[in-house]
Amino acid sequence: MELLFVILIGILYSAGIYLMLRRSMVKLLVGLLLLGNGANLLIFLLGDLIKGNPPVIPPDSSVFTAVYADPIPQSLILTAIVISFGLQSFAIILLKKVHLATGSDNLDDLNTHDLDI
Amino acid sequence: MTSNFIILPLLLHMATAIVLMFLWKRITAQRIISVVSNVIILIVGVLLFTQTWKTGIITMQAGNWPAPFGITFVADVFSSTMVLFTAISALAVSIYSTVGINRARMKYGYFPIFHFLFMGLNGAFLTGDVFNLYVWFEIVIISSFVLMTLGGRKPQMESAIKYVAMNMLASVIFLTAIAILYGLTGSLNMADLSLKIAKIENRALVNVTGLLFFIGFGIKSAVFPLYYWLPSSYHTPPSAIAAIFGGLLTKVGIYALFRFFTLIFIPNEFITTAFSLIAVATLITGALGCLIKRDMRRMFSYLIVCHIGFMIAGLGLFTEVALAGALFYLFHDIIVKTNLFLVSGIIYRIKGTMDMPKLGGLYAEYPRLSLMMAIVFFSLVGIPPLSGFWPKINLFQAGFFAGDYLLIAALIIASFVTLYVIAKMWTEVFWKTEPSLSPDEKAYIDGFTILKPFSKLLLVFPVIMLMLVSLYIGFGAENIMSISKHIAAQMMDTSPYIKAVLGNEALNIQ
Repeated sequence: MELLFVILIGILYSAGIYLMLRRSMVKLLVGLLLLGNGANLLIFLLGDLIKGNPPVIPPDSSVFTAVYADPIPQSLILTAIVISFGLQSFAIILLKKVHLATGSDNLDDLNTHDLDI
Repeated sequence: MTSNFIILPLLLHMATAIVLMFLWKRITAQRIISVVSNVIILIVGVLLFTQTWKTGIITMQAGNWPAPFGITFVADVFSSTMVLFTAISALAVSIYSTVGINRARMKYGYFPIFHFLFMGLNGAFLTGDVFNLYVWFEIVIISSFVLMTLGGRKPQMESAIKYVAMNMLASVIFLTAIAILYGLTGSLNMADLSLKIAKIENRALVNVTGLLFFIGFGIKSAVFPLYYWLPSSYHTPPSAIAAIFGGLLTKVGIYALFRFFTLIFIPNEFITTAFSLIAVATLITGALGCLIKRDMRRMFSYLIVCHIGFMIAGLGLFTEVALAGALFYLFHDIIVKTNLFLVSGIIYRIKGTMDMPKLGGLYAEYPRLSLMMAIVFFSLVGIPPLSGFWPKINLFQAGFFAGDYLLIAALIIASFVTLYVIAKMWTEVFWKTEPSLSPDEKAYIDGFTILKPFSKLLLVFPVIMLMLVSLYIGFGAENIMSISKHIAAQMMDTSPYIKAVLGNEALNIQ
């Protein structure tokens, strides 16, 4: 299971970086999205994958007896997902606005105001 | 010492932002409330600073969960000084914004977002938890995205894409680093991490994690290979917004770097060498960038990059003297860079352009205003006894002591180029007679003279206020230096911080 996660995270990161290096704005955004998901899965993986043992103390004892799933990575991921959701929706609207203003999807067309030396 | 008082600066900013949202489109009320609340927060900042200076580190455990399990807020002298200087800048910018920002922007939520941004900044300075720091960073960047794009002119939109993309990338790298850090240690509390990281055997992995953090913060604070987004985006928003960005947003990255690389990842020789080289490259490339820019605000943007190098240099030398110098520079830079962009805003209002060849004759028209601006520029350059001079002594001293002559050369070149570009700008903008317009250009009506006297005062007062703070940093340098030395000593010996967060026993168990 860990190996599968590692491969998946690798694919997400490499695909994300590849897309970010393209010239299209939409691909830039999709790249950022994939990178963000890769990072979330990485947190999940590094919090150790433990199946079927929720972090709940059984009623007849006062401490954990068995190995349990770490709840912190899940709360971290939840926070990160919410934040990236907000950021991405902002970025999508921004792309639309930029597209309306410049009429182009090409990042190289964004330098009209960088001409002075 | 534990006190809930320390989160008051960020709570006040949040409360103000929420109140302002209910006053949507009622501009006059928004302006007054924003300025008043910034005054209150400044007072709270002063109180917080005096308290941490007198009684030592104050902590707050959110929800009363004991550290390292809950989120800890920590106000040591470093945090509270940053909060104080941020509050000074915030007050100046909010007064300036009441006239400097146009009504349309204010109607669409300039002031609430402004306060959310400062809530994020204060949170980032006060938190003692790595993931919580990430959340505050996100609040800061989301607010800065809105401020960047508010108004929606084409150049703003174009630069916003670069800004948003780079900052989102920085956040992802930061998050990746947090993931690995959590995997290594199982903790997120900075004090706890400080103890746990020291015990990890696999130092290569620790160094890689440290460098990932460095890249994440480096993009935000615009160090050498990662700064390209800054000069191509900071010149587009209105001056008041550029002042917040230039004065504070890069500095929060620097704050995080100082915190992480003195508390959690104690730099080894490889990392300090890397920092020194990056500082050299940042100083030189930033300086070269200033030389070729004709647009004033673009030139100032490169000056930001150049001067970030001074702070990284302190981290690269990593001695108490060097750190004190870098911290002094950090405090000086917050005030003076904010002021620089406010000044450029006044010049823009007077002349209607930022292009230096088209400007001129400002000294003849506004002699008193020009002299005031001159003090700001001289503080920036660091003419003794003004504020930019004193930290450089420390950096040079530490550089000679370490025998890092490459770094010293870079510091000298950067200081010299700063002097040169400011002198060049002074002759171009203030002394040169104004160039005559070509026939197809319309004469620009001076937007400053037509203002009411009170509005003029609102534009000039923040500049004077920050100038006085700069003068104080220069003439009262021994006070700022004793604060910087105190912080630097706490950075070299982190046990008071760890004791304050985790309790006295934490260190003995080790």
